[in-house]
This record gives sequence, C-alpha cells and structure tokens, in this order.
Amino acid sequence: MVTTQRIPGRRKQTLAAAAVTAALLTTAACGDDKEDAAGYDAANNKVLNASTKKGGELKFAGSQDADSWDTTRGYYGFAWNFMRYYSRQLLSYKTEPGKAGAELTPDLATNAGKISNNGKTYTFELRDKITWEDGKPITSKDIKYGIERQWAQDVLSGGPVYLKDVLDPDGEYPGPYKDKSADRLGLKSIETPDDKTIVFHLPRANSDFAQMLATPSASPVRQDKDTKSKYALKPFSSGPYKFASYAPGKSLKLVRNTKWASASDPIRRAYPDTISAKFFANANDMDQRLINGDFHLDLNQTGPSPQGRTTALKQHKGNLDNPLTSYIRYAVFPRSVPPFDNIHCRKAVIHGADHVSLQNARGGPLAGGDIATNMLPPSVPGAEGQKYDPYGIAGAAGKKGNVEKAKEELKACGRPNGFRTTIAVRNNKQVEVATAESLQASLKKIGIRAEIDQYDGAQTAGIVGSPANVKKKKYGIVIDGWAPDFGTVQGFGLPLWSSKYILQSGNNNFALIKDKSIDGLFDSYVKELDEGGQARIAKEINHKVMEGAYYLPFTFEKFLNWRSPKLTNAYTTDGYSGMYDFVNLGLKNAS
Amino acid sequence: MLAYLIRRLFAAAVMLVVIIMVVFCIFFLVPEWAGVDIASSFVGKQADPAAVAAVREKLGLSDPIFVQVWEFFKGIFAGRTYAAGGEVTHCAAPCFGYSFRSEQAVWPVLTDRLPVTLGLALGAAVLWVVVGVAAGVLSALKRGSLWDRGAMVVALAGVSLPIYFTGLLSLAVFAFGLKWLDAQYVPLEQSFTGWLGGMILPWITLAFLYAAMYARITRATMLEVLGEDYIRTARAKGLREHTVVGKHAMRSTMTPLLTMLGMDLGALIGGAILTESTFNLPGLGRAILDATRNQDLPIVLGVTLITSLAVLLANLAVDVLYAVIDPRVRLA
Repeated sequence: MVTTQRIPGRRKQTLAAAAVTAALLTTAACGDDKEDAAGYDAANNKVLNASTKKGGELKFAGSQDADSWDTTRGYYGFAWNFMRYYSRQLLSYKTEPGKAGAELTPDLATNAGKISNNGKTYTFELRDKITWEDGKPITSKDIKYGIERQWAQDVLSGGPVYLKDVLDPDGEYPGPYKDKSADRLGLKSIETPDDKTIVFHLPRANSDFAQMLATPSASPVRQDKDTKSKYALKPFSSGPYKFASYAPGKSLKLVRNTKWASASDPIRRAYPDTISAKFFANANDMDQRLINGDFHLDLNQTGPSPQGRTTALKQHKGNLDNPLTSYIRYAVFPRSVPPFDNIHCRKAVIHGADHVSLQNARGGPLAGGDIATNMLPPSVPGAEGQKYDPYGIAGAAGKKGNVEKAKEELKACGRPNGFRTTIAVRNNKQVEVATAESLQASLKKIGIRAEIDQYDGAQTAGIVGSPANVKKKKYGIVIDGWAPDFGTVQGFGLPLWSSKYILQSGNNNFALIKDKSIDGLFDSYVKELDEGGQARIAKEINHKVMEGAYYLPFTFEKFLNWRSPKLTNAYTTDGYSGMYDFVNLGLKNAS
Repeated sequence: MLAYLIRRLFAAAVMLVVIIMVVFCIFFLVPEWAGVDIASSFVGKQADPAAVAAVREKLGLSDPIFVQVWEFFKGIFAGRTYAAGGEVTHCAAPCFGYSFRSEQAVWPVLTDRLPVTLGLALGAAVLWVVVGVAAGVLSALKRGSLWDRGAMVVALAGVSLPIYFTGLLSLAVFAFGLKWLDAQYVPLEQSFTGWLGGMILPWITLAFLYAAMYARITRATMLEVLGEDYIRTARAKGLREHTVVGKHAMRSTMTPLLTMLGMDLGALIGGAILTESTFNLPGLGRAILDATRNQDLPIVLGVTLITSLAVLLANLAVDVLYAVIDPRVRLA
C-alpha cells in the first residue's frame, strides 16, 4: 500500500507555485538554441565556421548606440568596426584573426602607397570600379573632402583629429565649410592631380601616417551628399551596405548596396543580405535575447551584464570567447596634487595595492582580464606583456600587495604614517566604482586614507580632464582606462604621456607628465620607418612611463563575448581590440 | 467656468516657464558653478581649445542663461535659425531645438515617442482602474472575508514590488520560459497583433502596481462612505443594494480616485521610465533617460515640457470633472 503525507491545500498550492516559477526561470535561462555550441574560445584568434554562404539578416543587439555613425565624428571602437559595412578607406585592416588582423592592407588604394621624401610624401592610386551607392565613381577628391571634414570641428566635433594635426600642424586651413576656394578643396597638403591619384605632403614625417589613413575619419565623403551635422543620420555609402533606416537609440538597418562591386573590394565579402541593430535599455533582457537566439551578437562587444555572464558561463560556455583586448585599466596620479608630486608616494600606492583584489573588482580573470604590470597593451608592437613587471605586481610577493615595500616608500616620501587623498571615479561605471573601493581598502592597510569621489561620468572631459579642477578638488588618484586608436605606441600613448597634450580642458595626460626624454622618444618614433626600430622605441617609452611611477595598472582587459552558433566566419581580431571582425560575419542559414 | 479655465491655463503657462528655467539651471548653471565646461564633453578624446570654443559657440553656451531660455521659447512659437561653422539651419515652429548628440530635430523625436508612451499609459490605466476599483469595492463589501484579505495581500505585494522586479519576472516567465509572448515592441502601424503582443506584459506590470494602490484607496474610501448616513437612508428607503453601492456610494468614492488618476496619468505620459526601460519600449521615458545620461539638454527639455503639460492638463481635466461627479462642487 502506498501512503502519502498529506499537505494542507494552501501550502500545497504555494509549493507548487514556487516549483513552477523556479522551473520556468531555469527554462528561461536555458534558451532554445538547439544548434551545437562550437566551444569556449573557439573563435578567439581563429576562424570559426568558415563559409561563403550568402543571405539572411545579421542581427546585432546593443545597450548603447554609437556616439555618431558619421565617419568623421564616430570614436567608439565598435562603431569603427561597424563602419566598414558602409565606408571604405585607402587602407584598412586585414580580415584575419588575431595579430594579423591589425596589419594594414590596401582597400580603395591599389597598393600600400609609395612613400618618398624621407617619409613626408605618400602617393596612392585608386582601384577601378570603386563606386558610391548611386553608382558614381569614388574619386581622389571625395577622399580629400572626407579628410578635410576633420577641420570643421565646430560642426563635426567628437572624432579623432590625427590627420588634421599631422597634415596641418599650425591649423592654417579653415575647414571645408569655411573654405573660400571654388571646389572647397583648399587644403594644400593633399593634392589630387587626377581622379585616381592622391598625394599627401606631410610637413613633418609621421611613421603612423598609414595607420591614420585606415581610421574611418579618412573615409571619402561626397560634397553633394554631405549633410554636415546631420550626416550621421544617413551616411552615403561607399561600402557593400547602405543605410535603410536609422532611429537613434532605437534601431538601425543596413541593406545591400547594389552598386558596390565585389571585384573592387579585396576585404569585404558581404555575406548577409541585411544588417540590423536594436538598442536595449535593459541589459538583462538583451543578454537573454542573445542567449535565446533572437540576436546574433552584441554590437558593443563589452560582454554580458554580471547576471547574463553567470548564466552564459554556467550553461552556454561553448558560445563564449574570451579575447584579450587592447584596453588597459589603471589608476593615474596627477602630480599637481600633493603628495603625488613625490615619486615615492606614487610608488607606495603601486606597492600597497592588492592587485588580485583589483582584478576581481574588474570582473576576475575572465571578464576583467590579466593583471597588468605595465602601460603598453600586449597587442601593440614593443609590448612585453607581464614579462615586464618593474614593481613585481604580478609576482607572488607583490600581487596581494607588498605592505613592507609600500611602507619603505612612504618613509622615503616623508609620510611614514601615510596620508589622506581622494580617488576620483566615474559614477556611471559600476566596475570602476568597485575598483576604487578595492583600492581604498588596500591603501588603508598602509595608512593611506582615501576618500572616493564619484563624479558625473558624462562630464569626464570637463572634470578630470581639467587640470585646474583636478587640483582644486585634490584628486590624487584618478581611475580610468584607455585603448589605442590604432595599434602603435603613438596611437595609445601620445595623448596620455606627451607634454604637448596637456590641455586645459579635455586633457588626457592626467599625470601631467612633462618628461623631455618621453617627448624625445615620441619625436624619434614618428621619424622611424623601420618596424623593429618602432617596437624598440615603444618599449623604451613604456619603460620610461613605468619608471616615473605615474600609473598603477590594473588589468590588460579581457572581454567575455557572446557568439551565436548561427554565425559563420567568426573570429576575434587585434585590429578592433579583440572584438569579432564584423565585416565578414555570415549566417549558416539564410532564413 | 470660462474665467476659471482661463485662470488655470494662465497659471499652467507660468508654471511651465518656471519648470523650464529650473531645468535650464540644473543642466547649465550647476555644472558651471562646479567648474565643469559642458562644451568639452562634446568634443571627444582629442579636444583642443579651439574646438571646445567652437562647440560652445554652436550650442549657444556662451550666451547668458536668459538669452538661452528666451531663444528656446522663441523657437517653440516662431521657429529658430541656427548658424555655426558655415552651417545655417532653419528649424520651423514648433522648434524644440536639435539633439546635441544625434542632431535630430527634437519635435519629431517627441512626436515619434509620444504614441508609445500614450499607448502604454492609457492601456495600463484602463486595466488598473477596472481591476483596482473592482477589487477595492468587492473587498469593502466583503470586509474581513477571505477575498478581502487575499486581495489586500496581493495589493500590498503590488505596492511593495518594484517594476524592475515584476517586469523582469514577467519577462522570464512569459517571454523566455513559457514563450507565450515575444514581448518585443512592434509599432502599431507595422502590426496590430505584434504591437499587442509587445504591450501586454508592460500593461500588466504597470497596472499591477497602480491597481494595487487603487484597490487599497477604493476599499478605504468605500468603507468610509458605506458608513455614511445617506447610505443608511438609501437602504432604509428600500433601494436595492447594487443601486445603493453603484449609484450613491460609488459617486463619493470616485472623487479621490479621479484626483489620483489625473495625476498618475499625467505623470506617466511624461514617460514610465522604469517600465519602458525594462521592456525596451521606445517611449518618452527611455528618451529622457538616454538624454540625461548623454547630457542631451534639448531632448530633456522637450520631454520635461510635455510631462509638465500633461500633468497640468490632467489636473485641469480632473478639476472640471469634479463638478460633473459632485454637484456640490462649483467652479468659480
């Protein structure tokens, strides 16, 4: 005889409801993507699901829209990656995984260009059959005009101005909108002898000039299609896709540019028929929809929310890649704020910090990254990664904080009992706030009492970017992060370490480094055309920066990115800071 | 009545001006007092002083605050011309300016987002009024019963649980678990069923919160009214119970409910920020959230103006309706 324990009706209902809810939540977390996951890190620095199958709609989901889709104005890394769908440049990055993806290759140009006059003249010839979305040919004048737009900072602010600084260091050209010449192509340092030839005359050589030409801000723009400040709403396409619709902050849709000739483009294969992006305010909802298969990948490429990350790691690890990015997260010491004008006080903080705790605050080894031991991203030529560790940050004795050494440095600094200071951190970056709290806790052990000031993250340029404000607020430690605009020491470190880049507003040289030897090394770097020589100088600059103890590096950042099993040609690339290379992604099933 | 309306409208207009000035001060003067240069946040990583100055000029940040406020109001009624860096743009009335970030004209953004928020607020309001009032009335009539206690426990839960909890739970259960609904917003003009599918969960989630409040208020007011002498008189005259409750008691119960409804609906039309964010509805609430994060003042101002207008108009409508519901109220 079977006996059952009797449960009172109401309690039974409650238990049943709880069980149903738990079951539903588990089911919800599992998703319904029946396709096999290829495996953890299966597309990290290698091609996964190589295929030439065309068709379908590649769906991106993002929690943040681009700062601008105008090629002159956009500065977000994911936006540069995405812009290759609808914009071309003279040179671009190879569509290959890993390090090879950061190498330059001709795009609109027929070859890598002819460099003459001691690196001061660059000449490019354009390919045949390169066209705009209305079928008209792309000319050298269109490229010149597109570059000239960088000078119109009063209308088109926000983007990088490397080319402007290199081609017109004295700021003589007023920009195309104030240009009095008939064709509005009055910039003297660019010549267009015919529609197929473009010549750049640099007043001073710059060995990274080719890198600058590969940024989207060097894309062609046609004068009659330039809607100035409204251009971001519908850029005129020179690539395989064109804008079909765009509602800022809501959605974006690209369709095939039927005038684009595949034969004219050695880079883009244009597999999907449509590219779409939808923007979410609720990161958890977005992560769940990625897991469920409603979307194929995260547009922003910064990894899931903590909740989504836990679910994905537990149940869908085979759909994740964990690439090393070129971001470094760090604390920087403004030397205008005592006692950080004293190198020993700076060193005390570096030694006293618990580097493992800082790594964990950033998300741990997977979502946070490797403990950073110096200030050059591992993907930049000349970088030594963790091999160069002048303060023993990642070593057994130092990674949990070396209290003894920190106290020695405090004595040398004349503050044996520690001191008070303020840590400035953006209030819109929870991970950075957690990092500041971790640092605060470890500094307390060596007698440094740090207060945390969470400032308005949207106003970074005006708050920590203003040296006068930093001094006034006594920000001794600023939490920040940086990635190169292009993968060289100049693309990463010039705004951070060169004395020429100390600005009254929008400053990024927070430490106020005025080191003639560092400035001199940057001067040598721009003249050095040999790659081996460039790497050597990069290494030297990094060593000088670390010897000055201006920074406490936290992590060489890693992302944990979701990859739909439906994707083909998926691989991460150093060309875009460890993101998936968007431009050649395809879909297994066109439906 | 007409004089009353004119007086109220004039007061509403004054209130709008005050609100706009306060918002202007929060976004422009407060950062300035804190020593922050707003223009520099628009220039990007490689800011140079000339670019910062040019942006300041373009956004009119160098003008005195009163000039900026005046230009803003002038734009609403007469349109406005923007000239900077060789670019001249005319913005026709009603001109709320251009987004600092996306360069879109603000008015079309508002008119594009408003129907989403209206749909959300009105749909949810119907639900919460019907469910909340019915539950409240039944609870009052069956005071102390199992129904009354059960309904009030649910109401307490509704009031206590935040929308981002109930919203995420409903998504996890109905959209990702049972898959009954896709719960992704589809514009009404694209597909009615798609729109309905995308709106049901937001309606229920939002209505759950408000229905709970309305049920509690309805119950309390109804209990109070049912103890009044005129109800006893009505019963003594032999009127049937549904007439006593439906005709006499309900009329008095409606007055505080109507006040609440006017204020709630008005505030929601300005954007149900949490609901719109949880369900990714592209309404005014999300617009103002994104705009605040991005320091996009024209959008913030536009949404604020619409919210204030909606609250003021809703209150005005409530005041007028008072006279209809309660003949003792006279508008003078």
